[in-house]
Amino acid sequence: MKKLINEPEAVVDEMLEGMVAAHPDYVRRLEGTNVLVRADAPMEGKVGIVSGGGSGHEPTHAGYLGEGMLDGAAAGEVFTSPTADQLQGMIDACEGGAGVLCVVKNYEGDVMNFETAIELAEMEGDAEIEHVVVDDDVAVEDSLYTSGRRGVCGTILVHKVAGAAAARGDDLAEVKRLAEKTVERVGTMGMALTSCTTPEKGEPTFDLPDDEIELGIGIHGEPGVERTEVMDADSVAEHLTERVLEDLELAEGSELVTIVNGMGATPQMELYVVNRRLQELLDERGFAVHDAWVGDYMTSLDMAGCSITVLELDDELRELLAAPADTPALTVRERGER
Amino acid sequence: MDRETQREALSATLEAVADRIEREKGHLTDLDSAIGDADHGANLHRGFQAALEQVERDADPDAFVKGVGMALVSKVGGASGPLYGGSLAHASSEFAEGITAESSVAFAEAYLEKVKDRGGASVGDKTMVDALTPAVHTYKRAIEVDDLDPLTALARAVDAAERGVAFTTPIRASKGRASYLGWRSVGHPDPGATSTLYLLEEIRDVAVEYLEGDLDASARTPGTDEESESDEPEDGVDESGAGE
Repeated sequence: MKKLINEPEAVVDEMLEGMVAAHPDYVRRLEGTNVLVRADAPMEGKVGIVSGGGSGHEPTHAGYLGEGMLDGAAAGEVFTSPTADQLQGMIDACEGGAGVLCVVKNYEGDVMNFETAIELAEMEGDAEIEHVVVDDDVAVEDSLYTSGRRGVCGTILVHKVAGAAAARGDDLAEVKRLAEKTVERVGTMGMALTSCTTPEKGEPTFDLPDDEIELGIGIHGEPGVERTEVMDADSVAEHLTERVLEDLELAEGSELVTIVNGMGATPQMELYVVNRRLQELLDERGFAVHDAWVGDYMTSLDMAGCSITVLELDDELRELLAAPADTPALTVRERGER
Repeated sequence: MDRETQREALSATLEAVADRIEREKGHLTDLDSAIGDADHGANLHRGFQAALEQVERDADPDAFVKGVGMALVSKVGGASGPLYGGSLAHASSEFAEGITAESSVAFAEAYLEKVKDRGGASVGDKTMVDALTPAVHTYKRAIEVDDLDPLTALARAVDAAERGVAFTTPIRASKGRASYLGWRSVGHPDPGATSTLYLLEEIRDVAVEYLEGDLDASARTPGTDEESESDEPEDGVDESGAGE
């Protein structure tokens, strides 16, 4: 294994230091924790939007701290949930009097630690705290780390919608409603060409021979739906798109936002090739794609592969997705032009 | 027993539990290697060492127990942290008026409810709930229905937990990470149920020290029996190691 790290156990701490050094105008670190918050948190009178999870999925979550998206992001150890006390500190630091919405990816550790953090915060203060659980992965129903579906790249769209709603002044109940609506309308499926390698282990998390790929893989290298022979980009795009559309059961003429997301070690070149076929498929079926994102939004360390996310828009969601956002990893300017 | 004795008993319980977990660390990790991610022993050990360092020994019972819970929340991680630590912190408020037979039953029930609610597991899922549920129910019945002294109630609760652990061995996990193994989880006792039993055993042993002299006293002076009791469910709950 070759990695640009020092001591494996210091990797999260050193990454966060480097992030703060890169974006001091966007983020600051809560002292003694692995929580980053917006430089200007808490925002007086605005609903705080916070998220968090294991590290190794960068730019998720801290890359989305800033105007129109997240106020707080907690980093756990690699592929490990942050602890409830850190999450509680993040909630407190992002509470500006209008309550806090926690956006949680559906993994047992994440859900339990967030719920515990919310309970502790409620025991000690009178802030209103709500949470939504994102479970957009259509590949598997139960998995190594979940009851039900996993939460993956669709989470970024939930950050965007909830963040925009909070930024325009919606109250906590309204922000939560819109976040939940996004969760209901989004589906994702991923695939891997290679395993990832965690710094601590130093060897591949799972074994994937050179002539095979895995469909439906999770963002921690959890097993997927099936292993198949290597196929070309068009076939992969067709497989993933088929599964996502099957799950969403969209009406003809639906307006969509799509994401072709890289898993960390896949060149932009290949993601664009996948996106080309994705857009053809959607066009053939009479869907109108409002926005097509291509890039690394939620990764799995150095895994090669991609995921495809589809969100069905309506007037409310279209407006919120097009609203301005200014974060290290995602910028949306007026009129939806990124 | 008086407040001072309650504090001493809680401290002694924490020391005994931390020591037992240290001794069983390797065994718990072995159990967890078979059906989980092989970190249960190390994680619990880290949590209890933190509790030894952080908890104010002269705190009131509710604050003491909450302190242990928060130490576990911050150091154990995964699902076991919130299950042990969060449930302990949640149930600690039952000791606001001190440890009595009544409050120890309420504490044990609050802890069990929180574990079940947070983890979503029920009896038969092959988790700590399988050891905790019979222990708590047995304890409650012994105190409230059979009118037994707390030491006897505690001893019965430990026996019930032991049968609960045995019950987890032949069944298939349907909650937590072990459930992913399906039938391969059969034949292994659940690590969380096992660590729960260790805690209950330590609570019982400490209770013997602090309560034995009181058994001659008429059945239930609030205090003596209660204290050891509450200690026990508390710690047991603390440790019950969840379906991770």
